[in-house]
Amino acid sequence: MARAVTTQRKTLNTLIAWSIGFVIFFPILWTILTSFKTEAQAINDPPLFLFFDWTLENYAVVQERSNYMRFLWNSIFLAGGSTLLGIIIAVPAAWSMAFVPSNRTKDILMWMLSTKMLPAVGVLYPIYIGFVKLGLLDSRLGLMIILMLINLPIIIWMLYTYFKEIPGEILEAARMDGASLKDEILYVLTPMAIPGIASTVLLNVILAWNEAFWTLNLTAAKAAPLTAFIASYSSPEGLFFAKLSAASTMAIAPILILGWFSQKQLVRGLTFGAVK
Amino acid sequence: MATQHSRSVARFMLAPAVILLLGWMLVPLTATLIFSFKKYLPLRGGDLGWVGFDNYVRFVSSSAFWPSVMATLTIIGSVLVITIILGIVLALLLDQPMWGQGIVRILVIAPFFVMPTVSALVWKNMFMDPINGILAHLWKFFGAAPVEWLTQASMQSIVMIVSWQWLPFATLILLTSVQSLDREQLEAAEMDGAPWISRFWHLILPHLARAITIVLLIQTIFLLSVFAEIFVTTGGAFGTKTLTYLIFQRVLESQNIGLGSAGGVYAIILANIVAIFLMRAVGKNLDS
Repeated sequence: MARAVTTQRKTLNTLIAWSIGFVIFFPILWTILTSFKTEAQAINDPPLFLFFDWTLENYAVVQERSNYMRFLWNSIFLAGGSTLLGIIIAVPAAWSMAFVPSNRTKDILMWMLSTKMLPAVGVLYPIYIGFVKLGLLDSRLGLMIILMLINLPIIIWMLYTYFKEIPGEILEAARMDGASLKDEILYVLTPMAIPGIASTVLLNVILAWNEAFWTLNLTAAKAAPLTAFIASYSSPEGLFFAKLSAASTMAIAPILILGWFSQKQLVRGLTFGAVK
Repeated sequence: MATQHSRSVARFMLAPAVILLLGWMLVPLTATLIFSFKKYLPLRGGDLGWVGFDNYVRFVSSSAFWPSVMATLTIIGSVLVITIILGIVLALLLDQPMWGQGIVRILVIAPFFVMPTVSALVWKNMFMDPINGILAHLWKFFGAAPVEWLTQASMQSIVMIVSWQWLPFATLILLTSVQSLDREQLEAAEMDGAPWISRFWHLILPHLARAITIVLLIQTIFLLSVFAEIFVTTGGAFGTKTLTYLIFQRVLESQNIGLGSAGGVYAIILANIVAIFLMRAVGKNLDS
């Protein structure tokens, strides 16, 4: 029995919600707008909102000053690679905990999550030294492994909660019909788990893309992703709001677009399936 | 009906993840423990031998220690309170009938996708700059003197930036939960004349408990290690030096590995206290 909602009430809701949405989104909108201004217009008093001479100059300057494409490629490689590696390791682990639980399963899951709470800074130096010794400093491979490890607990948790919802009877039945373990995972489990795996992948790409402790401390020139690209604009060299905005827009645009397209899948993944 | 065979297969499949995480935890942790008992200055003589608990005593007796613990807890606590309260309000609002709900959702979730370095830089320069920032223009518009955010109200500024980043997360999780509320029960309560506040308190809030727990758990994990937001904005000055940042300075800026490692051990202990507290609360809420 849906209650009839007056148009008046609906209009009021719409107005309030849109205003709040606008305020929350405003910093991003403002950054994007400023990226199309000249430096002088960017610090104009009063601030110019839409009526200024739109220019692409800042993007050209940023690309020229710091090779954007290389940072972008590093970000894609690191986010994609660490997620793929994580999934390969996490799927069997989550499978075994979801379908062959033992009385220690819960403790193992909690322990895994607790490794996320270890402060990275506490182990920065040993990792740094280890990387120097192994020649992994400023290498994409080394950083990819670190990013995989820090997100592995989350990948396992998410997959576990998704797998847990798949009725075990279906797998039993497949087993009765003589499916091998490989067939069972490949042809029975995987198709049912695709949505869950997809949202796990998405969330982890976003987390890895935005990770800003290890990527800042373990890279220099070669392996640096977009987080380092943007950090190079933090040193104060006078006012350069327009260029900063162009660089910021370039750093967040790919993941913002990906995030918007996938927000529905993300929500479930973010809650570890615990909120429906 | 797990057979002996499937049990051993399962153990075999779990092994890589467990071994990797165990290695990831134990190897650097052991190294940190060893360093913490040494005087170790890579740029000034290197390994200068064992010093017992000296580093631990020095780290705690440093005047920066307790303020840094307080700063860490203040950031976590304030951001949690702000994001959860505003998140509930926003979730209830977004659940109302309106036009363009999908677009509002997209606007609200956007900050979550912005990398911390970018949001810190944008807030610092384009919003909190005392001369050219938007907030300064806004203050002037209302005839007030612009605030030097990052020096005069540094902690509030950091909390504001971090809350902006995490509000979308809290809102989305809570909204998902609000949408599964039992409408008929709510309407029945309304018809019975239950005032809004008691409907919220007795029906809505208990229903949201699980979602709130999830928000608490996940945000705390990420808030414990807030780094880029401070690195880019105040650099740990003006009372915003968290424990993470203090250790970062000891290790990387003063290159005092022994002292920094002792700090690392303290940070791990603090994280564990928070973790145990959280796991208790969450474990209870997730079981049902």
